[in-house]
Amino acid sequence: MPDSVALRPEIQYANLEQQGDTAQLGMWVFLVNETLFFGALIFIYFMYRMTYPHEFAEAAQDAVLWCGTVNLVLLLTSSLTMVLAINSAAQGERRQMIRWLIATAALGIAFLLVKGYEYHLDFQSKVVPVVNFETKAGEGRARQLFWVFYWVGTGLHAIHLIIGVGLVLYMLLWRIRQGKITAVYYAPLEVVGIYWSFVDVVWLFLYPSIYLVGRS
Amino acid sequence: MSSTTAERAAAPDTAPPSEPSYLTAENTVASWLLTKDHKRIALLFFVSITFFFFVGGAAATLMRLNLATPEGLLQPSVYNRMFTMHGIIMVWFFLIPSIPTTFGNFFVPLMIGARDLAFPRVNLGSWYVFNLSGAVVLYSLIMGGADTGWTFYTPLSTSYANGYVFAAAMAVFINGFSTIMTSLNFIVTIHRMRAPGMTWMRLPLFIWATYAVSVVMLTATPVLAMDTFLLAVERFIGVGVFDPNLGGDPILWQHMFWFYSHPAVYIMILPAMGVASEIIPCYARRPIFGYAGMTVALMAIAILSFFVWAHHMFVAGISIYAGVVFSLLTFFVAVPSAIKVFNWTVSLHKGRISFDAPMLYALGFVLLFTIGGITGLMLATLGVDVDVHDTYFVIAHFHYIMVGATVSAFFGALHYWWPKMTGRLYPEMWARFAAILTYVGFNLTFFPQFILGYLGMPRRWYTYPAEWQSWNLLSSAGASILAVAYVLPLLYLGWSLFWGRKAGANPWRATGLEWSTPSPPPTHNFERTPVVTAIPYCYDPEHDSFVTQEGARYAG
Ligand SMILES: [Cu+2]
Repeated sequence: MPDSVALRPEIQYANLEQQGDTAQLGMWVFLVNETLFFGALIFIYFMYRMTYPHEFAEAAQDAVLWCGTVNLVLLLTSSLTMVLAINSAAQGERRQMIRWLIATAALGIAFLLVKGYEYHLDFQSKVVPVVNFETKAGEGRARQLFWVFYWVGTGLHAIHLIIGVGLVLYMLLWRIRQGKITAVYYAPLEVVGIYWSFVDVVWLFLYPSIYLVGRS
Repeated sequence: MSSTTAERAAAPDTAPPSEPSYLTAENTVASWLLTKDHKRIALLFFVSITFFFFVGGAAATLMRLNLATPEGLLQPSVYNRMFTMHGIIMVWFFLIPSIPTTFGNFFVPLMIGARDLAFPRVNLGSWYVFNLSGAVVLYSLIMGGADTGWTFYTPLSTSYANGYVFAAAMAVFINGFSTIMTSLNFIVTIHRMRAPGMTWMRLPLFIWATYAVSVVMLTATPVLAMDTFLLAVERFIGVGVFDPNLGGDPILWQHMFWFYSHPAVYIMILPAMGVASEIIPCYARRPIFGYAGMTVALMAIAILSFFVWAHHMFVAGISIYAGVVFSLLTFFVAVPSAIKVFNWTVSLHKGRISFDAPMLYALGFVLLFTIGGITGLMLATLGVDVDVHDTYFVIAHFHYIMVGATVSAFFGALHYWWPKMTGRLYPEMWARFAAILTYVGFNLTFFPQFILGYLGMPRRWYTYPAEWQSWNLLSSAGASILAVAYVLPLLYLGWSLFWGRKAGANPWRATGLEWSTPSPPPTHNFERTPVVTAIPYCYDPEHDSFVTQEGARYAG
């Protein structure tokens, strides 16, 4: 297992620096697109929440606060470990980098496990539209709108996180094993890091929208 | 003035290439399907979108056949499905990808002096995603099609329509990923891959147009993606955010749809503007008038296009104040558009004009765009729009822009860059004939629809009162001419692939970097990275000389 190999830029780039810069810009541009994607959903959410403030506050009582909060902590910590991994990469500390990356992936997986358990609890408390949904007496029908948003929002977020975990594992099991991430060229890791932080930021918007409504 | 440009002394060829051309470098099927070469991917896209152009065209043919007589030919439900599939396929599977994925893919790296796009694998992936979405839309079509109109208005699309709406919406959703991948690639490439000396204000206007359209694609498409995703969820499981039974708002769909689909109109027209800005100076042998103004106008159109969407909803129950504001904002978009038309026109002044096929297409583009634009202003006027809303007036207006202007520019680009892409010259006389036929056929097809709309014929109806038959018949007859004009290039361009005269590196004596490399270009585009020293379009009509962007001067 080589620690590092001599890298050459792809044919369209003049040098590795240009290749790394370009890859990072690519991710930022992609995140502009992602921001509008989730932004559209969150816009819809706020529009309906302003239209139906009471229904949304009532519906949010059934959201499992502790799951969301634990996940918030897990994800924020994972962003820290991700940055530490990139920092280690920049310093050329290979073992440290691998350790931090494993921690990042583990935290991401822990998030998904908690999320899965929360979905199980949601099913039991009958807040799954169509499949298992109980309309409580005296509650408005708009309550279901909240839960449609919940499932679409957390579902899409989970898919993004699964992709993020996949990317971290790809770095660990492929790029780093081949010795292609070095102190000279670690741009791919930074690209993954940027994406990871974005997934984290999405949760920063979903968390108050779902778990903190009507709990003040 | 009458001689074709190719007959005049061509610029001297560069030295014989040391690398084989991109077409002959490898010959296996796998070398095409797994290629990372932007030029080959451009041709793959060309094949895909040409296929969908004819599928969408077949649906249009059935529609015009049906409307030739008041009694009609198709059953009403079949007619509904035909116009829906015509719209979906033409918009997302031809018009939006048309110029960017083919000529953009092929010429963005060549015109900025790069060896490839920034992300070749993403580029290839875009083609596969496009074909996946194409397969889904064909599935929807073959199973019986959707009948909601290309706009998928809720609650018709979520609750009442019978067709394969879910598949059609998913096709649009998947298609969006392809658009996003392509636009992301262009933005990053134009930012980071320009040759030395290729500053922003030396970029050819086609690059500026591609940049502007990529920005619009990147920021508008995700909103449509979320919109169609929520629609698919609602259609699939029966509960969703547009459902009035839950207190959801069906009009929300329209807002989000037009937030994408108005900019989408500019996604279709901006690259066409870029093409016209390349062709007109080259065939007028004169620098483009107001280069800086053109770049500002492109970006202004891109940005303003996001603030006018509700002009499609004047009768959908939005407030009168919103209507007034959106009407006013829509007028604002006309300003940069008019600047462009003005500049193209002035670019002809004191030029040494030759009416070769690309120029005929480009001039057709300007004329049809102007008619489409001016009728657009009529529609932006609140009172007029309420009167002619959902009539053939609207149909005629947007076909002037999307078909008349954009498809003309597409064919103009195809002829202009054909020698570069294939190394062969097309037969000039046939091409001129096709260009004029396009213009005649198009106006015959769609001008009567302005009149029908003004008389009050609603869009999407399969039948009409007998007294409107002559206009409808005229339109259908025009459509058959238009069909010939669209098939004709396929034949003579195909012929020229084998028997056309060999083109030199720069048959049109143009200034862009793409003409400094052999035709067809070698796999990695340039023998050595070009160094740019001049602004584009340095043509001198008086001496018939020109200076390429690399600073080489060629006398007349
Ligand atoms: Cu519009």
